[in-house]
Amino acid sequence: MSAHVPSTTAGIEDVVAVLVLLTEFAMLRGPLLRSQVRLYAFQSLAVSVLAAAVAATRHVPDIYALAGLSFLLKVAIVPAVMLRLLRDVDVDLTGSAKLGVASSTLVALVVAVFGFFSVGSLHVHSTRLPASTLAVASAVVLVAFVLIVLRSDVVSQAMGFFSLENGVSVASLVIAPGLPLVVEMTFLFDLLVAVVAFGIIIRVHHGRSKTLSTTDLDRLRG
Amino acid sequence: MSAILVALIIVPFAAGMVSFVSPLGSARLLAPVAGAVSFALVLTLIPTVVARGQVSAGSELRVDALSVVFLVATSFLYLATALFSAGYLHLGAGPAALRYGRRFYAGLHVFCWAMLAAPLVSGLALLWVAVEVTTVVSALLVAIDDTEAATEAAWKYVLIASMGLGIALLATIVLYYAGTSAFGTGYELTYTKMLAGAHHFPADVIRLAFLLAVLGYGTKMGLVPVHTWLPDAHSEAPTPVSALLSGALLATSFYAILRYFQITSAAIGSTYPRNVLLVFGLASLLLAALYLVRQRDIKRMLAYSSVEHMGILAIGMSFGVTLAIVGVLLHVLAHAAAKGTAFFGAGSVLRKFGSKDMSVLRGGVGALPWSGSMLVAAVLALSAMPPFGLFRSEFLIVAGGLSAPRYGVAAVLVALATVAFLGLAWWTTQTMLTAGPSDARAAAPSDGSVSAVSAVSVSSPARVRATVAKGEVSPWIVVSMALGLAALVVLGVHLPADLSRLLNHAAHELRSPR
Repeated sequence: MSAHVPSTTAGIEDVVAVLVLLTEFAMLRGPLLRSQVRLYAFQSLAVSVLAAAVAATRHVPDIYALAGLSFLLKVAIVPAVMLRLLRDVDVDLTGSAKLGVASSTLVALVVAVFGFFSVGSLHVHSTRLPASTLAVASAVVLVAFVLIVLRSDVVSQAMGFFSLENGVSVASLVIAPGLPLVVEMTFLFDLLVAVVAFGIIIRVHHGRSKTLSTTDLDRLRG
Repeated sequence: MSAILVALIIVPFAAGMVSFVSPLGSARLLAPVAGAVSFALVLTLIPTVVARGQVSAGSELRVDALSVVFLVATSFLYLATALFSAGYLHLGAGPAALRYGRRFYAGLHVFCWAMLAAPLVSGLALLWVAVEVTTVVSALLVAIDDTEAATEAAWKYVLIASMGLGIALLATIVLYYAGTSAFGTGYELTYTKMLAGAHHFPADVIRLAFLLAVLGYGTKMGLVPVHTWLPDAHSEAPTPVSALLSGALLATSFYAILRYFQITSAAIGSTYPRNVLLVFGLASLLLAALYLVRQRDIKRMLAYSSVEHMGILAIGMSFGVTLAIVGVLLHVLAHAAAKGTAFFGAGSVLRKFGSKDMSVLRGGVGALPWSGSMLVAAVLALSAMPPFGLFRSEFLIVAGGLSAPRYGVAAVLVALATVAFLGLAWWTTQTMLTAGPSDARAAAPSDGSVSAVSAVSVSSPARVRATVAKGEVSPWIVVSMALGLAALVVLGVHLPADLSRLLNHAAHELRSPR
């Protein structure tokens, strides 16, 4: 397979990948729970577009199916489930972040830069997407960790996990586009099951404590 | 023979579906039947796998000696836990009880189904899917009691374990990328294929994949420092679920790490993966031993003991000699039986006294002559006392370490295991063997409290000190514990010849060609 890639296509794909990362940063500062979910939907849209672009420019028709399914699941179903949950529990604001917006962004920047350059130094080559996309994907994964650590409410933490999965999806588009379609579909189905489980536990938590905050989840220690 | 693999996939899942709609009484009896059938199916696999090396069904299901070792551990605990659950759950008659019972039994079967599927599948991608399903189902089972503590534990568990599995998914993809240099862009991630082409894989990428796999699956296995959810989830879950989480699920995650170990060793030699496991293993053993000394909640104590034993498994693999690897695999089996039995005993104590706090519980053996004594025996087994299986397995691991030769690590292993033993033995003997409280302080009988759901709230010390009538909670509990102890004695005193051959075959599969 030829590694010759037209630079315009590569540029567009890099832009989409960077959009995924920027959305992750936006989630870091979103003050409303609903906005977190919408940002996640937007990020998933970017991932689906990236998948469709890979399918079109590299002529891998399998990935169209993947792009379609990922759109259906991550742009439509998962956000819909979460938004419905938020309507039911009637809480708008996210839990207070453990750091201010500026400090969180700085921490995330440092972590993202670390991820970008450490993975870049591995010299992983791809026939499908520019290798820099992999570095961006690993930055997304690490910033998702920052989001989960710094936010103290269950919805932001759940969205952080789902967006971590988006980062892994981007990575798999870069380095493993040939992964059998049935396997990719199973991964997505698994995500759906995980969303249901997260949703049930969030409901149980809200039912008990009438809040979505995690600050009172500190009884078990030692 | 391949029909057996298919049956193992069908039986637990079908049992789960039936339990979800059937009356409670039949669900209660169906569980031990499904467990016994699964265990029997696995046992019939052993001679064939020993003789032929592997059995497969289609391209998705394939077992070799290594997988069967883990199937034995999981299916045994499936049976024992099903027996225990019949005695442990005190369900009333109302619709709430019916709903709880159905959810519990359906969850139990599906959880065991996913844990059995993990060693049955033929490749790394499906392995990840199976482990992810275990997380989702078991997190819901942890939350099922709907107490404040259970909710907290379930949230921590589902979030941290899912993040770990996100990392494990990344490991799967990175390893897939490593394979593209040998097989081109599109191929199946089966073990046989990966092992055959491993020597073509780029070394740096393989190192990254293995590290990510240990971090990711290690989160589910309870390796320090990614173990933080474990004591919470294992102590707050309903006791049958605790037993499965500790005895079988941790081992399933260890199995995933062993598959990566196998491929990494074939690609770049075993030095690097052994060193990675050594670091995680030592950290786990050290931290768990220290926590065990000051732990007073009986279920948390058993949870930390699991962290300790997972550390021992990782260290045993790091020795790299066949003797130690046989020990590690035997340790998986013996730990499943011992940890299950110990949790069953803890569940019996919890039902009898309504408390898990060992600093106030007294007179356990007096009140529970059978399950109390067997709990003490199980804790001694966990501390690697003869004649139980863990004595033999830890002996093999340490002997392997001395022959490797890694004298320093072997000495540290023995020293820390001794510290852990002190912690385990001190509180258990305090609780179980000292005399019970005097009758004068009797307040309310706490035996036979019939709650609609099985949630057991931790009672105040005053209630704990109340005199409890002598007598077992349920004969089912005694039977399940006796089964576990019998297995431990068999593993320790006279290992069946086929099982011994199976362990040797599996150890040879794990020994790298270089």
